Order: sequence, then structure tokens, then C-alpha cells
Amino acid sequence: MSKDIFVVAEQRGGTVQKVSIELLGEARKLAAELGEKVVAVLMGSGVSRLTEMLCQYGADKILVVDHPVLEHYTTEPYTKALTHIIRTYDPNIVLFGATSIGRDLAPRVAGRVHTGLTADCTSLAVEETSHLLLMTRPAFGGNIMATIVCQHYRPQMATVRPGVMALPEKDASRVCAVEMVDAGLSIEDQNVEILKISKDARKHVDMTEAKILVSGGRGVGGPEGFAPLRELADVLGGEVSASRVAVDSGWIEKERQVGQTGKTVRPSLYIACGISGAIQHQAGMENSEFIIAINQDQDAPMMKLADLGIQGDLSLIVPKLTEAIKAYRGSQTV
Amino acid sequence: MKIVVCIKQVPDTAEVRLDPKTNTLIRDGVPSIINHDDKTGLELALRLREKAGGSVTAVCMGPPQADTALREALAMGCDEAVLVSAREFGGSDTYATATILGAALRKIGYDLVITGRQAIDGDTAQVGPQVAEQLGIPQISYAEEVDIQGDALTVKRQFEDQYHILKVKTPCMITALSELAEPRYMSVGGIVDAYNKEVKVLGFSDLKEGLNPDWIGLAGSPTNVKQSFTKQPKASGTVLSGLSADEAVEAIMSSLIERHII
Repeated sequence: MSKDIFVVAEQRGGTVQKVSIELLGEARKLAAELGEKVVAVLMGSGVSRLTEMLCQYGADKILVVDHPVLEHYTTEPYTKALTHIIRTYDPNIVLFGATSIGRDLAPRVAGRVHTGLTADCTSLAVEETSHLLLMTRPAFGGNIMATIVCQHYRPQMATVRPGVMALPEKDASRVCAVEMVDAGLSIEDQNVEILKISKDARKHVDMTEAKILVSGGRGVGGPEGFAPLRELADVLGGEVSASRVAVDSGWIEKERQVGQTGKTVRPSLYIACGISGAIQHQAGMENSEFIIAINQDQDAPMMKLADLGIQGDLSLIVPKLTEAIKAYRGSQTV
Repeated sequence: MKIVVCIKQVPDTAEVRLDPKTNTLIRDGVPSIINHDDKTGLELALRLREKAGGSVTAVCMGPPQADTALREALAMGCDEAVLVSAREFGGSDTYATATILGAALRKIGYDLVITGRQAIDGDTAQVGPQVAEQLGIPQISYAEEVDIQGDALTVKRQFEDQYHILKVKTPCMITALSELAEPRYMSVGGIVDAYNKEVKVLGFSDLKEGLNPDWIGLAGSPTNVKQSFTKQPKASGTVLSGLSADEAVEAIMSSLIERHII
């Protein structure tokens, strides 16, 4: 019988991705309800040193496939390795981070083992009576949520949005079993050739790490309108983000987009400047701890979502706010 | 080089609104469009044809109304269009859809298959890789640039923090990001041609020998929607209107100080 919850621990260049740690935390909760174990699957080349942290963040057991062909991600060798693991160990559930790697690998594996896969989930739960995994995800640009089940096939598979599940606490006292798996890989399994690997030339901003986001939308008015937002973000030690309208208008780079088609963030402070608050945007930021909205339209949906909504002209308020924070900080440091 | 582009007709989700009374989707009057990423896939295919020769076939699985999406693809310059449509196909999840499209593609023939990365209604990005798996061909998803030399493609594949330049030989599958290219407009001559050309239809009887009927449609889909719902709005906070800029700043400052954010 299929059992246990497998988490695909995504590593890039020997660094485990944050979403994989989030998944270990989520898997622990599901494991407690199901009375099953959490198994991390670690694939790569020379990666066994990463097993300790996977254990400390919640794995009971770690399966390692270590092979030179897995040094850099390509679809086929990773698919072959994971398919081998699923066929050998028969898991009940397999979870992936919904990254550009997870969303490439998971459908290929689900296709090969012939099971269901639910994309980009934002919440997971166990149904009390059936013990089925309830996989909830936004659809229609975040306008509706759908709960998906996979009743007749195993494993139940899902990719999960980065930044949605809380990070678990590290527990250095945990111990777990580590098992090396021979998945029968060879260098010939790689059916695409890697000509070049480049770190993105654009400065990489991980907005999901930012504690404070100052976010701009249509009301910012243009690319120059982001300058005062940047100054405010700087004095607060935060980052600048944006709505889809601002990105589609070419005012700011796409990687700063928050929302259903952008990133999901949960900062301690989110200042929405001139963002009306379309559902697709709310889907990416509604879990922020404290939301301030500045908008000309007091009936904008964002004003309803916000903890503090200020109806007014952001081009006047934002620079004054930046100065006020500087002045306040100055007065505190005497 | 025979290039086949899989496209999806989707409701323009930017136009989808919620009924404030019933909290349900208002679908009436929402226009159907070719999914953005798929339209980029069409543009990519046409550019590759311009460079390397060959033909471009647009394939769309959907209800009979999806014919309009295929006419638009023809008007952009595709050589052929195929509608994959049958009652038996309805309610398919991504696995079942890929099973059907795989059977259709085997029938149509292909050297290169292109899809958009994901559709704006479902946002799964799963059908492309699952079709590639059905066909047993390599896939490169998240393609940002594609070039062709003979039977080999060079693809810039995007990741969150890096990109890879990959080389792959046909037959293969590429899923295109909308950043890859700006789709061309339909030409006037193209629109005329589009309505003179035939859109071929592949139904269940045309494909049934190439697929397992237990693996398609609602009943053959591994995943099912248990329920769908709209999110409950949370309790409203404070909205202050009619303040001067200085008063507004004061209100924000006191909230930031109270919460020890500054």
C-alpha cells in the first residue's frame, strides 16, 4: 500500500531551495494527521552533505540519488531518477516546489507513472474520512479557488507555491536514516546538451525574503513614479514591488511583480501605492502581516483589504512619509 | 521541418469579474482569446519557418467554438489548422488532455512541437511537458529565445536566478514564455485566407486507435475538482479619507511606530 509523504528537495548548485524547507514543514503536519513518515528525496551530484539540514528541518528519512548526470538540472535524468524512486518506494504523496524546475519535472514524472498532479497549490490538507489529500489552488487568475483530489491513482502529487507555507523551526536534535539509491542513471540519459549556464545578469531580487515591500500600481503613473517608492523602501530597509499593470506597462521589471502571475509574498509590512487591488494581485500579497494602502479611490478593493487605507495623493504622501521616517529615526538616535 | 503549435482558447481572465452578490464568476460577455503564451508559440513557429522553411500547423483541443482561435492562427500565417474536439474529451485534466493531444500529434506528424508555457485560466504549465512525455521526446520549458540550425535548436531556458543555453535535436517540445516574442497581427490577406482554408477536425473515432479510452475525459482524469469557491474577504481595516498629506503621513507614522516597524 502506498504510504509516506515524499518531498522533492530541490537543490541548485548545492543549495537547497527555501521552498523545499517550507514543504518539509508542511509535510510534517500532513504526516502527523496520516500517521506516516516524511521522506526527503535529494537528487544531484556530490550533494550528500545536504542531508543533515533536511533532517533538521523535518525529514524522517532521506533518499539520495547522487550521480554526475544530475549536476545541473535537465529534465530526463531527474525524471528517470524520481520515477525509479516512486516505483521502488510507492509513496502516498509527492510534493514539489512550484519553481521553474519543479514545474518542469513534476508533470513529466506524473505522466510517466500515470498519476494526477495539481499545480501551484496554496494550501494542502487531509480529508478526515477519506484520508485523501485536499489540494487547493487558485484558478482563473486568482478569481476562484479550486480544491482538487486524486482518488484512484498514487502517488497524489502537487507542486506548491514558494512563500505560501511557513518555514519550520530547525531542530538540531533530530536524527534520520539516509539511504543511497542507485537509479540506474548514465550520462547518456541527458538528451539535451548544456552549452552555457549564466547567472541572470539582472540583479536578482528575492522579494519573498523582504520584510517590507513598497509596491506600486497604475496610480504611480509611470516609470519615474517608482523613484519615490524606491526611496521609501530604502529608508525602511525593504524592496520595491509592483502590480501587473505597472509591469505590463513597462514601468518596472517583471521579476518584481506580485500576484497570481507574479510572486507570492508575505512581508511584515506591505505598502500598496496606487494599486486598486485586483483579485489576481491580492492572491500574491493577502497574507502580508500589515497592509497600508494609499489610493485616490477610497472604494478600491485594496482599501478594503488594507489594515490602514489612506485616501489621498501618493505623489505627495510618499515623499513626505520618507522624510518623516528619516526625521523620526534621527530623533531616536540621539 | 514540420512545426506543430498547440494552442488553447481561454476566457480573457483580465475581464472576468465576480458578482458581488453571489460571489460567483460572471462569464457572460467575457471574450474568448488565444492564450497569450500560445500566441507567442505561434509567433515563434512562424519565425522558425521563415528561417528554416517547412510548415506550421496549429492544433487546438476544445469545443467547436475553438474554431475561431484556429482561424486567427491561420490569419497570422499558419499553413494548417486542426481542431481536436469530441464529447468524450470533455472534462479532461492535464494528464487526460496530454493523452488526447499526444494521440492527435502522432496522427498529424511533427518534427517540433511548441506550446505556450501555461494557460491563463488553469495556470498549470503541465500539458506541454505531459504531451512531450506521451510522445517520448525531450522537452525544454520556459524558453526565452530559440534559434534553429538544421535539425538542432538552441534554446535559452529561463530559471528564477539563472538561464541555461541548451541544444536539442528534433523531434522535441518547447514551451514558450510570452517574453520570447511579440505576436504579429493578423494580416488582411491572412484573414481572407483563414476563412477559405479548411480547419480539419479530429474527433474521438479518428483518435481512438491511438489512445486508451479509459484514460481520457472526466472519468479518465486522475485529478478531479472536489469543490471550487471564492475567497472570503477579511474584515475591513480603517479607511481614512479627506486628510491632508501631512495628516496622512501622521496617521501612517503612528501605525508604524505602534507596530514597532520603525
